[in-house]
Amino acid sequence: MITFNEAAYSYGGGELLADMSFRLLPGSFHFLTGPSGSGKTTLLKLCYGALLPTAGSVAVFDNDTRLLDRDAIAKTRQRIGVVHQDCQFLDHLTLAENVALPLSVSGRNMAEELANVADLVSWVGLSGQQFSRPPALSGGERQRAALARALILSPDVILADEPTGNVDWEMSLRLLRLLVELNKMGKTIVIATHDLNLIRTVKSQVPTRVLRIAKRRVQLAGADL
Amino acid sequence: MTPRLGLVLGALRADQQADRVVPPSGFTAQLTSFTAGAMAFLAVFALALSLASGRLAERWEATLKDTATIRISASDDQIAVQTAAVLAVLETTPGIASARALSMDEQRALLAPWFGPDLPLDALPLPQLIELTETPLGDLDTEGLRLRLAAEAPGAVLDDHTRWREPLVRAADRLRLLGLASIVLILGAMAAMITLATQAALAANAQVIEVLRLVGAQDSYIARAFVRRFSLRALIGAAAGTSLGLLAVTLLPGVEPAGAFLTGLGFQGVTWLWPLMIPPLSAVVAFGATRAATLHALGRLS
Repeated sequence: MITFNEAAYSYGGGELLADMSFRLLPGSFHFLTGPSGSGKTTLLKLCYGALLPTAGSVAVFDNDTRLLDRDAIAKTRQRIGVVHQDCQFLDHLTLAENVALPLSVSGRNMAEELANVADLVSWVGLSGQQFSRPPALSGGERQRAALARALILSPDVILADEPTGNVDWEMSLRLLRLLVELNKMGKTIVIATHDLNLIRTVKSQVPTRVLRIAKRRVQLAGADL
Repeated sequence: MTPRLGLVLGALRADQQADRVVPPSGFTAQLTSFTAGAMAFLAVFALALSLASGRLAERWEATLKDTATIRISASDDQIAVQTAAVLAVLETTPGIASARALSMDEQRALLAPWFGPDLPLDALPLPQLIELTETPLGDLDTEGLRLRLAAEAPGAVLDDHTRWREPLVRAADRLRLLGLASIVLILGAMAAMITLATQAALAANAQVIEVLRLVGAQDSYIARAFVRRFSLRALIGAAAGTSLGLLAVTLLPGVEPAGAFLTGLGFQGVTWLWPLMIPPLSAVVAFGATRAATLHALGRLS
């Protein structure tokens, strides 16, 4: 699905990430850990082409991201659902319209997809909020809405950057249950987090790999978790 | 369908959801409408000026092109003799359709606008005027005629109106070009203003663009929302400006024979249709300006 081949990323003259080589296989569940500022978000951005490696290569669905133009990157991104910690939305649209946004972007027939939007909003437990504007939603509701938006195109890969960062433990577990369920449906999941309890909870339910960023490099972790 | 045509048609196609992704931007939208309206208003006047200048040039060209005047200045006892000599010369000159000496009443009428109707012509030493009309072939040899007149009637001077007609026609032609150049400048200024408004809208909607890119929007999709919005605003604004401009032109004083140029500033016949081109032209200019500005900005933001 996504292959890092001796990839590195430098910013402002300094090397943030170096010599990364690993593969995210279809249907796998990965956690990405590391201290704040270690480059977790940067690595996720390399996964969906928002950033390009400054050395080595990153192949997404067998396409080297450095060789793709902006439109091709955008097309690739339609196969990757992204959930950011800050969950940005279009505040003038309703929750349902925000969830449906990727459908419009990808040129799908909106009329035919309305039922799917309603089902997905209901699946993330927001059916009562579908006509609310994003500023009226709580942190947890925004995270779930972002997850619904990331899933509407039924992507092959879901990347989540600290998806439980702004929610309480109960809501974290609820979100995790949704992600585990998606993984069981065959989706590749990557979650960037520094919450070890979260990792332990998921490891008890599905096979996971933990990638740790330390000293600018990605290492496979696991024994200490 | 060529890719370029597909791109343009894609940008014009209505997509309710795509149109809504950019939040209503009151200031830039109003600025675009106002600019398009003001520019269209000015364009109507520039067009009216250009068309009026064109008509004036054509009128001067057509009215005086085939005519000439011979002026005979001589003493009282010689003037009749020289007039007869000149008319005799003209009868045998190729390229002349007709020639006649103006009567005293006709000469009085010509001078009336300057000296009033009660001018005592008998007391003034006025020259005798002979009006001649050339044949449609235009094969009159004016230089040859001058030489013959100098020999047969020394007091006769041929004036074929070239001396003052050509500068007037040239001036009117340049005025027409100036009017057209003004329209081009007006459209250019409108494009510049809409580009600035688009850039302001893009800067104000940086987060919207970020979200759209996050969910996989291609540049053409993002551009479409801005392009359609600004093109429609320009079309509406230009339609209003054109309507006001046409109303103002309609309210100008009517064409009067003595009013000459200023009262002729307006549209006649089918030329009333020309201003109707201004709103769609404005929309096309806005489309091009917005699309170029948006794609350039999106390229810079990547």
